[in-house]
Order: sequence, then C-alpha cells, then structure tokens
Amino acid sequence: MWLNFFKYLGYKTIISPISNKKILENGTKIANDEACLALKMYLGHVLELKNRCDYILVPRLYSIKKNEQVCTNFNCLYDLTKNLIDANIINYNIDLNTRKNSLLAYLNLGEILGESYIKSYRAYNYAKNKSLSNRKQKEIIQLANLKTNNIKILLAGHPYNLYDDLIGKTIIKYLNENNISIIYSDGIDHTIIDSECEKLSTDIHWTHSKEVMASINYYHDKVDGIIIISSFPCGPDSLSIELVNHKIKDIPLITLIFEDLNSETGIITRLESFIDILRNIKEQQNVQNN
Amino acid sequence: MSKIISFPHLGDYYIPISEFLKRTTKATIKPSPPITKKTIALGAKYAPDTVCLPFKYNLGNFLESLEGGANILFTAGGGCRYRYYAEVTETILRDLGYNFEFHSLVTKGKINFKNIYQDFKKINPNLKLTTFIHSGLYTLIFIWDMDKIDTIIRKNIGFEQTPNTHINLKKKMLNAFKNTNSIFKLTFLYFRYKHLFKKIPINKPNNCLKVAIIGELYTAMEPFSTYFLEKELASMNIEIKRYTNLSYLLWQKKFKTKHMLKKTKKYCKYTLGADGLDNVYRTLDLINKKYDGIIHTKPFGCTPEVGAIPIIQKICKEYEMPIIFLSYDTETSNEGIKTRLEAFYDLLNIRRNKK
Repeated sequence: MWLNFFKYLGYKTIISPISNKKILENGTKIANDEACLALKMYLGHVLELKNRCDYILVPRLYSIKKNEQVCTNFNCLYDLTKNLIDANIINYNIDLNTRKNSLLAYLNLGEILGESYIKSYRAYNYAKNKSLSNRKQKEIIQLANLKTNNIKILLAGHPYNLYDDLIGKTIIKYLNENNISIIYSDGIDHTIIDSECEKLSTDIHWTHSKEVMASINYYHDKVDGIIIISSFPCGPDSLSIELVNHKIKDIPLITLIFEDLNSETGIITRLESFIDILRNIKEQQNVQNN
Repeated sequence: MSKIISFPHLGDYYIPISEFLKRTTKATIKPSPPITKKTIALGAKYAPDTVCLPFKYNLGNFLESLEGGANILFTAGGGCRYRYYAEVTETILRDLGYNFEFHSLVTKGKINFKNIYQDFKKINPNLKLTTFIHSGLYTLIFIWDMDKIDTIIRKNIGFEQTPNTHINLKKKMLNAFKNTNSIFKLTFLYFRYKHLFKKIPINKPNNCLKVAIIGELYTAMEPFSTYFLEKELASMNIEIKRYTNLSYLLWQKKFKTKHMLKKTKKYCKYTLGADGLDNVYRTLDLINKKYDGIIHTKPFGCTPEVGAIPIIQKICKEYEMPIIFLSYDTETSNEGIKTRLEAFYDLLNIRRNKK
C-alpha cells in the first residue's frame, strides 16, 4: 500500500532490511522491558532507517474496521517513536471511531508532502486497488493450496509476526523444507471474517485477532494441524488463544510464543514433534482409506 | 432456586454496587470474599499465563463466589483487554463445570442503559423503570461522594494523631450511606461526614512530602493488588494523591481527553490507548504542582502502559522528577515493594533536604 502510494506520487522509497538479531537488539535497548517482541522489532527497524532518508513513515492506528479496534501498541506507535528516536517522522492516523478513515489519512499524508488533494486521492486509489488485488491473488492461491495431498497446516497469527524473518519466517522455512503446505491466516477470504469469527467468539474486538479466529474456525476442518504464532507478551493473544484452546478440540493445535531470548532450538524441537504427530495421523488415515 | 448474585472486588466499591443490585434485583447479594493469596493463586491456576493481573484476580473472585453458592455473576468491561474479559472468563468457568447466569454491564465496549435495564428485568421481572433509574442515580452519587471523601482521607491519613481514626469514620460513613433511600439524605450525610473528616486531629507539618500514584486503573483501585500501597506510604507520613477512581472512569474521563491532549502536545499527538495519555498528562501536571515524587503502578505486561512509560520516563528525566515504576504480578511480594518504597522515601528526603 505504502510503496504504491509513494510510487504514484513519484517519491523514492527505501524499506528497512529484513529482521535480524542486531535490529532486535537495538529495538530492545530503547523499548520498555515488557513491550512485546513485535514492538521491540519495530523500533529496531525505525532505528535502521534513521539518517538514511528524509522522512520515516510511522502510522498511527486506533480502529481500521468499523466497531473494531487494534492493539493499543498501534495507538501509541507514532508518539512512542517520536519521543524515543530523533528523526523526521511523518505519519497518518486511522480511527474509524472518530470517522478518520484511511482516505482522509492518506490525503493528510499527501498534504504534509505538499501534494494536492486530487493527486493524493488518485495515488490512494491506485495503491488501494493494487492492495486489494494482491489480497485477492493470495486468497485464490490459498484456495488452490487446499487441494493438495500434502500435510496441510494453518499458520495463524498477526501478519507482522507471520512474515517476520526472526519470527514466522523461521517456521515457514522449516515447514517448506519438510514438504508441508501452508495455509496462512491472512489469506482467508476477507469478506467472511466477521461471520466465521462470530462462530468462535462473539465479543472479540481486535481486527488482527478476528482474522486469526476466523481463519481457525474456517480452516480447522480443512487442514491437518494448526500452528498459532505469537509475540511475547501479546495482550490480545493472551485472551484470544485461551478461547481458541477451549473451543477447538478436534484438531492438533500448538501455540508457539516467541520471546527475545534466543529460544529457536526450543521452538524447532516442539515443531518437530508436532510434525511427527501429524505425519503419524496422516499415515493412519491413509491406511484406513486403503 | 433462590438467586444469589456475586461480582468481583474493586476496593470498597462493592458497597454501592451491592446496594444497587439489592434494590433493583431483590435477590441475595453476596460480593465475592475478600481477596487473599488463595484467591490470587486460584485465579492464576485457571487463567492463561500471559494475561494481565486483573483477569487473574477477577477469576479468583468468581471461583470463590461460585464455591460460596452464587448462581448469577456480574462483570463489566471496556478500555483495554478488559473489554474481552467477559467472554473468556465465562468460557473458562463453564468448562470447569460451573452452572450460572452471566451478565455484563458493558456490551460491545459501551454502557447501554436500555440493555442493562432489560437484562435486570430478566432477573427481577417486577423491576420498575423508576426504581431502576432512582437506584442508578443513587449509586452514581454514592460513588462520587465516596471518591471525594477518599481524596480527603488520602491527603491526611498519614498524619492522623490516633491510628485508624480515618478508616473507622469511613466505615461509619459507608454504613450510613447505604442505609438511606433518599438522594437528599445521602447528600446531607455527605456534607456532614465531610465536615467530620476535616475535623479529625492531624499532625501535618507545613512542608510534608507529596507523592502521587499514577498508572493502570485496577492496580490503583484495588488495595490488595497494590499490597496496601497507600497504607505503606501513609505510615511514612507522606501526603498522597491518587488519580484513578471510579467517578473519573465513569464520567469525568471523556470530558478531559481534549484538555489532556492539549496539555501534552509537546510529547503526544494522539491518545495512547486506555489510560496511557492520562498518565502522561498527570506526570506533567504533578511536575507543575511541584510534587516530590511519583509512583507508577501497573500489572506485568499492561500493553497501554508499556507504550506510555518510555514517554513518562523521558519527561521525568527532563524535569528531574523522581519516579518509581512498580510492576505487579502474582508473585510480587510485600517485602520487595516495601524495600523499594523505603529506598524511594530516602531519595525524596535527601532531595528535600538539599533544597
């Protein structure tokens, strides 16, 4: 979304490098001890970009879908970064609670950069359409992946955890090496999130958690196992994962919680035994079918 | 089967809440037993590991209530993770095999009086709308009066000549409050007791140490969850100011947000989630009012506070305001807190003497 928005307006963009231990260390040094791994990682990434560009984009989110909220870390993201890191930061604010929608947010962003509203509006539409079509692509690929005969695992978690190189990507790499098809929680048809989530939990109000819950409910009878990925200590996850554990009993499910202590071996060990269990179950099913 | 209603603890607020429930539902009201180490252990056993402290306390309260015979449970929600407590608590309790009715005063993050009234009518079909409104108003005024008196108590309790005078008078006052039906009489009693509190003999030096308690709302309001923080400070002869109380949360906070954003403009452009911004504002306010020190309390992992704390630290460093951060979990010990408070007290004294 961001890359396309700035590309349309003709701005050069750079992205921070993929997560590595140094980035995490730098972020951990300035963050509060009890901040979640994802927040520490984010601060590390902002530090990486310091002095390498004219502006660093740091969004501030409160509510990105009607009647929902996001984790409070997104609420304070801009103010925290601004106070902790000495750099030129531009931001936008999306809060559907007070009717600040994403269009207004990007128009404001354009205004800060000195662009006209019309140009910003066109850039926003261009980026949004690309973003939507990317999502639809993903959903289509995912539907195809469901038809495979390999062992299928649902990898559920907030997207910033799933695709981080020190968090989710370590799991994705391992699963790929072991010939396991992965279904991602953020590849679910986004139009059914509300209805699927409601079947599992009626009160939950965090947008990312709703997507995770919807995907768990929708895919739990279409995959062989579920892996939930979370950063320690995650506020929303502390409750939503508990609820999932109480309600989903008919499929192997493990939760992998990532802290900043180098516990990768521990995680891989648990993953190995989980995969073994799934393989055994699949073999028994194949024997029964034959 | 008789209806026995119960709800978790929040300081002394169980008294007005019990009255409200008694008058509207006409059922037996049994607030959960006072919180002990056993309550916390019970809650921690069945709650998810990484959830914040208030959830574990509430769960412990509910479990003890259910064991004590309650069959209707009340809860609330809103703000931060608290909004989602109700559904997860109910799931855990039902999976443990308990049978009960579960009512939440907050739906979808908002207090809707119509919904609450309909809910109460399910428990007491004879409930009249006038009774509901009158009892509701009565309770809110009760809470407001309680909070105003509390501010006076906290200012002076450290300096009372005879120990326990304040606490005993407060017990008398709460008893009087709950035994009247009329809002007129309630207001008359409030002024009468306010006068009595102000007359309690105290030995307050002119320039005593002033310390404020800020932070997350539950740890600020529940005496046990802060290990009687205020009593400890009171025994060191410190004048205390505590910000969060129920009146603030229920109706004052909404109106203050714009003002707070204005005053914290240099540091914060937006609200930080739950009470995050409130605490940044309070820090600046206390620096303005030349307080001697600040104590910030929160449960371990409290997400909104984790966002606000680095900003508060930056401000305190800039203005050289002594601040101590206490993070509570189920294993926090009395002795540990006491040691840190004593060290903090020594620091404040040294600074005071330097001036």
